[in-house]
Amino acid sequence: MSELLIKNGFVFDPVQGIKGEKSDIAIKDGIIVETSEISGNAKVIDASGKTVMAGGVDVHSHVVGPKVNTGRIMRPEDKLFKSPCAGQKTRCEMGFSVPSTFKTGYDYARMGYAFVNEAAMPPLHSPHVHEEIRDTPIIDNAAMPVFGNIWFVLEYLKNKEIENNAAYVAWLLNVTKGFAIKVVNPGGTEAWGWGMNCKNIHDPVPYFDITPAEIVSGLIETNEYLQLPHSVHIHGNNLGNPGNYTDTLDTLKLSEGFSARNRFGREQTLHATHLQFHSYGGESWANFESRAKEVMDYVNRNEKVTVDMGQVTLDETTTMTADGPFEYHLNQLNHLKWSNVDVEMETAAGVVPYVYGKNIKVCNIQWAIGLEIGLYSKDLMRTYITTDHPNAGPFIRYPRVIKWLMSKDSRDEMLHSFKWSDKVIDATTLESIDREMSLYEIAMMTRAGPAKSLGLSAMYGGLKPGMDGHVAIYDLNPDDMPNDPEMIEKAFLRSAYFIKDGVVSVIDGEVVEEVGKRTIWTDVKVPENNQVKRDITERFLRNYTLNLDNYPVFDEHVHNPRIIEVETS
Amino acid sequence: MNTVTLTLSNKPELFLECNNVTPDAFSGKSIEEIASLDVWEGKYRTNLGEFFTVEGKSGATADETSIVVKGDCTRVKRIGQQMTGGEIMVEGNADMYTGGWMKGGKIHIKGNVDSFCGIGMEGGEILIEGDAGNHVGSSYRGEWRGMQGGLIRIKGNAGSDTATFMNGGTIIIGGNTFIHVSTHAEGGTVIIKGDAKSRVGGQMVKGNIYVFGSIETMLPGFRYVDDVEEEVDGENAIFKHYVGDLGERHPKRKGETIYGNLYVKK
Repeated sequence: MSELLIKNGFVFDPVQGIKGEKSDIAIKDGIIVETSEISGNAKVIDASGKTVMAGGVDVHSHVVGPKVNTGRIMRPEDKLFKSPCAGQKTRCEMGFSVPSTFKTGYDYARMGYAFVNEAAMPPLHSPHVHEEIRDTPIIDNAAMPVFGNIWFVLEYLKNKEIENNAAYVAWLLNVTKGFAIKVVNPGGTEAWGWGMNCKNIHDPVPYFDITPAEIVSGLIETNEYLQLPHSVHIHGNNLGNPGNYTDTLDTLKLSEGFSARNRFGREQTLHATHLQFHSYGGESWANFESRAKEVMDYVNRNEKVTVDMGQVTLDETTTMTADGPFEYHLNQLNHLKWSNVDVEMETAAGVVPYVYGKNIKVCNIQWAIGLEIGLYSKDLMRTYITTDHPNAGPFIRYPRVIKWLMSKDSRDEMLHSFKWSDKVIDATTLESIDREMSLYEIAMMTRAGPAKSLGLSAMYGGLKPGMDGHVAIYDLNPDDMPNDPEMIEKAFLRSAYFIKDGVVSVIDGEVVEEVGKRTIWTDVKVPENNQVKRDITERFLRNYTLNLDNYPVFDEHVHNPRIIEVETS
Repeated sequence: MNTVTLTLSNKPELFLECNNVTPDAFSGKSIEEIASLDVWEGKYRTNLGEFFTVEGKSGATADETSIVVKGDCTRVKRIGQQMTGGEIMVEGNADMYTGGWMKGGKIHIKGNVDSFCGIGMEGGEILIEGDAGNHVGSSYRGEWRGMQGGLIRIKGNAGSDTATFMNGGTIIIGGNTFIHVSTHAEGGTVIIKGDAKSRVGGQMVKGNIYVFGSIETMLPGFRYVDDVEEEVDGENAIFKHYVGDLGERHPKRKGETIYGNLYVKK
């Protein structure tokens, strides 16, 4: 029986509305309990003068699976001189923008993160995803299979067969040990198989006679029919192109026609990811400008939507997405390396290295748009910090994003250091925003908010008795905040302590204990559906390159599973 | 300038990773401190004094420090890696990565070097009196930004893959080279005093290659333009001038397409 008492810290917990009051947190056997429930023998951590938050929750990050591994393989230079040797408690760590699994787990833990949601799992390659989850230490993971271009889904939704689609979704979540419904460039990735794309949400998918709007609406309906913990998680059409904000608004509006049904406390029907890439104005890169205000005005009004930032961090990074046509487009712009793959009847993916230059106007405007999305938000329980790791920047830059959100000085310093700063200021509204986030607001954007959106708020993102014992302690005194914004970044990059499941796993930014990690997946019970069973068998016989029996992830392949059970009534 | 002399007294069983043998690492340190610098033999970390006798005195900065390495260093890798100033003289052979990612200073090797000499080099000078292995002045694997500047002079022959992804600087090879010269190059100059085997300038975008001898097999992606007389490394000669690689994407400046130039002595 292990007991831990974290004393005298300034606690920030939006779940209980605690805004920096000095209080104690007690953990018994890995679960947070009332302080009265532990004995006098509990191990004590003195957190006086420090900030105490729940373990971080990342709603969207590409950390495991085949496309991440392709990034690692095609970029040996990403590891050069950036690969610390094994330490006393850690294995060798490698890479910057696409770190090895070990570095991924250690770095998230060092930042005080407890849970990371893998943003895109190609169903056919789910065993690989679970192998890498097993090798990512400390942090808990879930992975979302990509549904927006699967032939089964396209056909069921074309015929408006929601029940059949739901049975298929439930089956696929079960066999891939997946967590939620991810949609990437609905219809467009399938069109890429024919060298085409879907340019807006009403552009029909070639050979399928269905539009992206119908795919998204159908999947939202399916999601609410099944009452899944998370909502549909969407990377919309026309990502990364000037003038795409109207397509984004069209996509977001699809959430309006549905109501959230679930027992997990989730309120939204749609999560729009890396919104920065979708909030562009202008007709070309020449008159490219921010439309973050318009997009966020809509998000602020519509409570059925949650979003994450996808903040550009101005680093050299590696882009990777199931949006095949977008990666082709990017490679045509920068002529660097390009990997492109088709995943049978399910999806596709591309990988391209990208340098977000500090003196490239377009990149600087992208940087400003990301911050505007955070700063214009009126509900931070619905707006989360991400960098769409590694697409807009590596996740180890979250502390830097926090610094920019918390300090206007640091934003202005950056904004005025650009070579084309006048043009960047003209194309954006960032300079006029005075808002500076508080630590309580940061706790909403990195903990309570994403946990609620994911439907995991009973376990993650808060410090209420009964929740998991994940606690991050940062060397920041809210009564005496540092004048130098760099100190904010430093504090969040290397937590003073990180407690995972009641075990102290990081002290002074160094990993001291590799605690057990878990894989979260959603087990949905649906009534038996013989038609879907027959469709699946037939498709596998006719179209797949492997036998149906070899498709599911083996149970022993799923590392330390934590099953979210859903009964569809 | 002060000199530190290293004499190989205990020959390593495996290859020795000596990225700490640089004027930068030695400067401002006592002889004892230098002897205790890290070296890696396979997976085991030991210190320099295990293998070398260290004598002399280091300077206050890298620029004021010179290093003389004596003994057979055929198995000693990474001498002068990432150095920014000062001098290194190796009296015999050296192994791989000699002068890799070097930013400044001078390296003089009296014997031969193995592969990856001057890889990712940004500045400074390397002189090899003997032969060099493969990947002289090339880029790190996967990296599209290769040698940026500096001078590498090899008096003997070089192996294959010289100057891959070269962006700047000069490589002069006194003897012959094998295949693949300036592959993917976007700048810089390679001068070959002897012969080259084949695949010279494959996928070259910009930059210059001079060959004083012959190229056994020319690439079809190069087009003959004219004959030119030029002074190259102090030698006047008439060259056949080719441009290419025509199969590659080329930038334009003021309406004119920029090609890589290949000059072969008539």
